[in-house]
Amino acid sequence: MNDAQQLPRDRISAALNAAPAAGRPALVPFITAGYPDKDAFISTLQQIATAGDVIEVGVPFSDPMADGVTIQRSSHAAIAAGVSLRWILRELTAAGGVDAPIVLMSYLNPLLTYGFERLAADCVAAGVCGFIVPDLPWEESEEFRAALDQQGLALVQLVTPATPDDRLELLCKGSQGFVYAVTITGITGGDVELPAAVTGYLDKVKSHTELPVCAGFGVRHPEQVRRIGRHATGVIVGSALVERLEAGADPAGFLHELTAG
Amino acid sequence: MQAEISPQQGQELLALLIDNKLPDERGRYGPFGGCYAPETLVPALRRLAEAVDKYLHDDDFMARLQQQLHTWVGRPTPLTPALGLGKRWGAEVYLKREDLAHTGAHKINNALGQALLAREMGAKRVIAETGAGQHGVASAAACARVGIPCTVYMGAVDIQRQAPNVDRMYQLGAEVVAVESGDKTLRAAIDEAFRNWVADPHGSYYLLGSAVGPHPYPYLVQRLQAVIGTEAREQMLAQTGALADVAVACVGGGSNAIGLFHPLLADAETELLGIEAGGHGPALGDNSATLATGKPGVLHGSYSVLLYDDDGQIQETHSVSAGLDYPGVGPEHSLLKSIGRVNYQSATDAEALDALQECCAAEGILPALESAHALAGARRWAKANPGKRILIGLSGRGDKDMPTLSQHIPARIGAAAGGGA
Repeated sequence: MNDAQQLPRDRISAALNAAPAAGRPALVPFITAGYPDKDAFISTLQQIATAGDVIEVGVPFSDPMADGVTIQRSSHAAIAAGVSLRWILRELTAAGGVDAPIVLMSYLNPLLTYGFERLAADCVAAGVCGFIVPDLPWEESEEFRAALDQQGLALVQLVTPATPDDRLELLCKGSQGFVYAVTITGITGGDVELPAAVTGYLDKVKSHTELPVCAGFGVRHPEQVRRIGRHATGVIVGSALVERLEAGADPAGFLHELTAG
Repeated sequence: MQAEISPQQGQELLALLIDNKLPDERGRYGPFGGCYAPETLVPALRRLAEAVDKYLHDDDFMARLQQQLHTWVGRPTPLTPALGLGKRWGAEVYLKREDLAHTGAHKINNALGQALLAREMGAKRVIAETGAGQHGVASAAACARVGIPCTVYMGAVDIQRQAPNVDRMYQLGAEVVAVESGDKTLRAAIDEAFRNWVADPHGSYYLLGSAVGPHPYPYLVQRLQAVIGTEAREQMLAQTGALADVAVACVGGGSNAIGLFHPLLADAETELLGIEAGGHGPALGDNSATLATGKPGVLHGSYSVLLYDDDGQIQETHSVSAGLDYPGVGPEHSLLKSIGRVNYQSATDAEALDALQECCAAEGILPALESAHALAGARRWAKANPGKRILIGLSGRGDKDMPTLSQHIPARIGAAAGGGA
């Protein structure tokens, strides 16, 4: 199957699976759209696409209740600068896409406000392949999934160390694109040792799915990436990257360092 | 999601609500409610829903709750004939005195019930959010009574304007955490309490203070606050031999209002009137009149009416009363508005301050600024409907509002009569 026929959600899986095939963990960098510099949104994405296999773009929301201080700060600043879901899709469409599949991370209310069906159609034109919605558990997701299915877009499910086994199976079966394995019981952005049990947990998640498994929340250091990479397809790096961008550092350089060795 | 309800569906939903058959197994009140929580909290919310089903139907647990409500909270609270207000308004006015409940507001009914539940569930600590500080004080007191450590999240703006309550929380042994993120009021405090709960969903119990949030909170809080309406209904019948023509309560998240209204839903002859905070006026951002001007959306775990902009961003709100300063409302209220069983209006800051002073002068009762909105709405209703019997939920006392009141209403200390000359 060539790219033109490939469903957007399958582009995500294919891009992630290509990394281990090349002997390294897959990398999913996260940025808050239009932060810290709204005008540099597309150029930042293009830089990050040189190191990332799939890019997670955060739609800023006023009340990010699953996120730590870094993403709260970036979200509020982006909203103040005029970043919105409409703006993000316009910019991506005008840019003609970047060199990696894009997944949007958004809380539900901006998506509801946009309208699910119109959103799914506009995503295809913008090169968006799927969604991560932290306040939309599986049981509430039917209507949104139906709209995304119309366009072959993914709704990525999150699993956590607190997820019971029967629910883990349900979420792994229902996920599309990849399975997002939250590494810690907590919010994003911490700088804590990953729990010792994380490798066993990731092995368990992998045993429930054929999809790539990417681990995120609190991933900041190359040794974490190496350790996780032996038990998952890849890692998601969010707050640490946003902090580098705030400091004016080269994002691609930081990402290459994370996966080096 | 579809929020339109036909008149026939409305009648069916009201019948289900009266029979306590709502929320449904998915936590829905018609289209409203649900459980929009981060995945980490989903198992914890399931456990809570199971515990609510078990203990709220457990005779032993309910007997212990009743005993504490009686001997510690001081229930039943009185129903006071407000003869002075009645004379001024040309009405028969009764005040349901939640200001006389222990810690000075209705919040204790819910805090005590949930603290007992937290202990049954084996929680190691309780976290709570607070706006006006009343729920924080109630949680601190209930946790001290029950014997569980308590941490209260409170917006930095609210800490400034409700200073007396912050000191009360400390005295009652709670840790108070100032929330500097977002709008630094109730909404940011709820965001932060959820974040803290996400870090420890097994050991911590989140004692949510209003009839909002993911299922089962709106239901749990309504059940624990329904004592207000149940008592008030019996007291009205005992004192007057009749039901009220109208029952009036203030609405922020809506816990005292749902507590008063829910037991009266079947009384078709009783009109129900909820009063939101009209703030400075009707423009977005100048008030907290969610039901008057909002649209359905998702915040803090449930689908309900909210104040948000064209991009889905939740709006900052304004009210002189911290307890009503919230951009959302509980899902049961959204349903009651949709089906027309409750009429929701608003009262401005100025109307509330005026009503507060009138209640002080006419009844010798200093109401909370929140409750003063109900008084203002009731007065307006009384002028339009002369000679009727009015039941008002006086949800709390105004001692906590003294810093705000001193700003808005300068103290007039009369000069002592001078000696002779």
